[in-house]
Amino acid sequence: MSRIDVRKTYKLYINGQFPRSESGRSYVVNDAKGRLMANAAQASRKDARDAVVAARAAFGGWSGRTAYNRAQVVYRIAEVLEGRREQFEAELRASEGVSAAKARTYVDAAVDRLVWYAGWADKITQVTGNANPVAGPYFNLSTPEPSGVIAVVAPRGALLGLISVVAPAIITGNTVVVIASEQNPLTAITLGEVMATSDLPGGVVNVLTGSVAEIAPWLASHMDVNGLDLTGVTDADQARELEVAAADNLKRVRRPAPDTDWLLEPALDRMTRFMETKTVWHPIGV
Amino acid sequence: MRSDSSLRRFLHGLPGVDQVGCEARAAGLGTRSIKTTSKAYAIDLAIRMVDLTTLEGADTHGKVRALASKAMRPDPADPSCPATAAVCVYPDMVGTAKQTLGDSGVHVAAVATAFPSGRASMDIKLADTRDAVEAGADEIDMVIDRGAFLSGRYLDVYEEIVQVKEACARADGSSAHLKVIFETGELQTYDNVRRVSWLAMMAGGHFIKTSTGKVQPAATLPVTLIMLEAVRDFREQTGQMVGVKPAGGIKTTKDAIKYLVMVNEIAGPDWLDPDWFRFGASTLLNDLLMQRTKMTTGRYSGPDYFTLD
Amino acid sequence: MSTFDYAPAPESRAVVDIKPSYGLFINGEFVDGSGTSFKTINPATEEVLAEVAEASDADVDEAVKAARRAYTRVWSKMSGAERAKYLYRIARIIQERGRELAVLESIDNGKPIKESRDVDIPVVAAHFFYYAGWADKLEHSGYGSTPLGVAGQIIPWNFPLLMLAWKIAPALACGNTVVLKPAETTPLTALLFAEICQQADLPPGVVNIVTGAGETGRAIVSHPDVDKVAFTGSTEVGKAIARSVAGTDKKVTLELGGKAANIVFDDAPLDQAIEGIVNGIFFNQGHVCCAGSRLLVQESVADEVMERLKRRMATLRVGDPLDKNTDVGAINSAEQLAKIRELSQIGEDEGAERWSAPCDLPSNGYWFAPTVFTGVTQAHRIAREEIFGPVLSVLTFRTPSEAVEKANNTPFGLSAGVWTDKGSRILSMANRLRAGVVWANTFNKFDPTSPFGGYKESGYGREGGRHGLEGYLKTNEMGADS
Repeated sequence: MSRIDVRKTYKLYINGQFPRSESGRSYVVNDAKGRLMANAAQASRKDARDAVVAARAAFGGWSGRTAYNRAQVVYRIAEVLEGRREQFEAELRASEGVSAAKARTYVDAAVDRLVWYAGWADKITQVTGNANPVAGPYFNLSTPEPSGVIAVVAPRGALLGLISVVAPAIITGNTVVVIASEQNPLTAITLGEVMATSDLPGGVVNVLTGSVAEIAPWLASHMDVNGLDLTGVTDADQARELEVAAADNLKRVRRPAPDTDWLLEPALDRMTRFMETKTVWHPIGV
Repeated sequence: MRSDSSLRRFLHGLPGVDQVGCEARAAGLGTRSIKTTSKAYAIDLAIRMVDLTTLEGADTHGKVRALASKAMRPDPADPSCPATAAVCVYPDMVGTAKQTLGDSGVHVAAVATAFPSGRASMDIKLADTRDAVEAGADEIDMVIDRGAFLSGRYLDVYEEIVQVKEACARADGSSAHLKVIFETGELQTYDNVRRVSWLAMMAGGHFIKTSTGKVQPAATLPVTLIMLEAVRDFREQTGQMVGVKPAGGIKTTKDAIKYLVMVNEIAGPDWLDPDWFRFGASTLLNDLLMQRTKMTTGRYSGPDYFTLD
Repeated sequence: MSTFDYAPAPESRAVVDIKPSYGLFINGEFVDGSGTSFKTINPATEEVLAEVAEASDADVDEAVKAARRAYTRVWSKMSGAERAKYLYRIARIIQERGRELAVLESIDNGKPIKESRDVDIPVVAAHFFYYAGWADKLEHSGYGSTPLGVAGQIIPWNFPLLMLAWKIAPALACGNTVVLKPAETTPLTALLFAEICQQADLPPGVVNIVTGAGETGRAIVSHPDVDKVAFTGSTEVGKAIARSVAGTDKKVTLELGGKAANIVFDDAPLDQAIEGIVNGIFFNQGHVCCAGSRLLVQESVADEVMERLKRRMATLRVGDPLDKNTDVGAINSAEQLAKIRELSQIGEDEGAERWSAPCDLPSNGYWFAPTVFTGVTQAHRIAREEIFGPVLSVLTFRTPSEAVEKANNTPFGLSAGVWTDKGSRILSMANRLRAGVVWANTFNKFDPTSPFGGYKESGYGREGGRHGLEGYLKTNEMGADS
């Protein structure tokens, strides 16, 4: 007799824990061939609200850590992901219908992307900050700082796409609420399991699964969210509406880029978009 | 003539404290490794320095009697275990504590002056103090008016300490010892801790104490470091020794030993004595007892083997 | 026991396994070498630790050839992202084997375990981690991304593994391969590092470790197929290297001696300043090129500072480097001890007043009690020459300008310290001090992200930070100048 396997319940990832949606809802996620993969939690606006509270609470501690420490934590995520690569390759093959080779390529790239961003933690300041030779007896130094809580609509690439939008936001010290790809949400939750076991403090990354159309407006209009990354939004009208909502507290907005080739090496703008430059003046004299 | 401004000039003329350097120094001393014979010595010394404390609204006479018994015989199974320095209670429990402790040598300390907030009129604070002294308190732990200190009314703080000290006098001419609690968690900066230490010492406090235990953070190593530097420098200038009492948050033997190392290397060995250094603590005692047992038996003990009082 | 004497708290030696003899690490393997050998000893006990091969000219040539092969065939062709992964691996293995490295460093060097454990080794790991991150980001560095080729690197004995990290991490990140010579009195952690390279599966020849003394060093510097020379050590040898590479295409960075002024103003946070003075000169037995060996105190607080300093010095615990409570360890070698003694004697002969902390020194090994000279003037040799030991010279000043003049009145310019509560004065002093590193209200702080290096005869080039990449990249590709 063949063994009956134990299936995993996919829930949300909020504040370092895996709760079901407070709404008690779920939705069916099919694989690339249209067969049932699992039920995913369907997050509500209250889940989004809780996720923002968690992200805000985590911001002080995470942004206050040394850059070296943040680098090591993100590198640790890469290490743990590498160790679970078979699971991710299998999930990608099932959910996105890609070949074994392609799945391997995506996992490779995802691990390498994390390593690449890990190295930026203590270098982005050195590359984008500088001393300013003002015309007067003043010390003047500009340094970038994280913006705060960033809401992200992830693109379809369930693993590489997600990492490519989340890693640049958190490496600089932001905390994130990310809406996973609506069609391929399961890998995002599995990635949450990786993050939960990688010394990443709870609340730094919060993953919601469900309807972008339902959740995103609440995040876009949320007055305690500082940035909005619309990378995964495919509908131009929806994107415009979200950007309008974001204007109420002047969120820093990154416009949609659903067709990005995530295998290419990124530029720095995914980090700099959600950073503030702070300039310090101090007189010089005996 | 003392005034707010003359006190301000003096206190603000004390050398500043660099936060990073101060914390690094405290952390550095915290890496000392105290082993074998010196650990045994430190554990017994720490037990002798404990002001075994209960300061709850729910305190009862029964609870205080049990605490006092524990203070006299912390480890009933081992007569070689020393007694603690004192028990620390609210004024209305002084009589009970005194009765239980008798002439054991364990002191009774009472928190007075509208502990922990200190928000009462001067008359009430003085009456609170006299009440505790009359009931037999050997030591009075007063709180300063942090509001007055933070708003620069240094003279008020000074005068209050002077008056409470007067209220510590007994009919026979002797006097209860006065510990002055700063609530350093509310004063925030190390500069403030240094200034308030000097203010309290100049006003005649016998001991300077970090915290009530009701506000976080309570005692920390860097705050205690600043206070130990203050008593060291005060003796250098005046010849008078003042004691130091960190209180609140010291829970483990490892923590207590870090404090003792700091006493040893900052203030100096003269302060390694219950007359000059105390721990305001409750749960610390059982951890000290567990470690003490480990030293003698060579195996780790568990909480089931020590009394909970 | 009636006083709080700390019982001995020795770190276990069981974690290290020192072999009776060591060869050279060339092309990924340990080889015998064709030269003679020398002994490395534990300076705290004078116990012989191991016999170590002395690399001959032929051995150095083998090492350079291996490095060249690895450069041409493997390392220069590898993507930055892949090089990064090797460096991250090395960083992780150093963290994993941290205690072993710390104990070995303390045994071979004489430094207190609390320093090797809490400073040297963690900073080594951090350095590799930091430069690993640069390997795939060089195009953002401002210095291009073209490596130089084979780097010849010669390091001193004061921070053996840390200096190795400062040399090897940026070199490899930029795509160079290396031949590195550790100091003859402290080769053991470099040889353990070679083993770590093996554990990390680093391609053979990318890192080559050749042990030896001055002759081996000369062979590296003068080897025609070396593209880059990086040296940390004495100013005298630094000048010889500068002469030796004249007329070649070799790129050079030199990190040399110092005679740093540590300037204490009357409004300084005094207790922290005392710690800074102590850390400045007694950290690592004063074997620190950037040590704060000249204390400049404002006259109005000079007496108080001296009193507090002596009281603090009396609490320094001198002795067994492996005891976790030791603050000051052994002098690294008999030769160095003789030099410290000689200069201290000259200090006395020239009329400065000598005070040493009261402490019992062990009978075996090389020891020197923490010492301070007062009444020193700029004319005294102990105010001008680098002693490289736990000896502090104290001078006084009256005004900020006088402090700056005295601080700068030296051929060196590696570091300086300023202690004052006034921010604008810190910045003003920093502007006027001719030194590569200025510490304000702190001293002897090191971080992989922070460039380090000297002005004037303290050398040129910077190690650490983004600037540390410059010494390992071809920065003149576009221009016609060499």
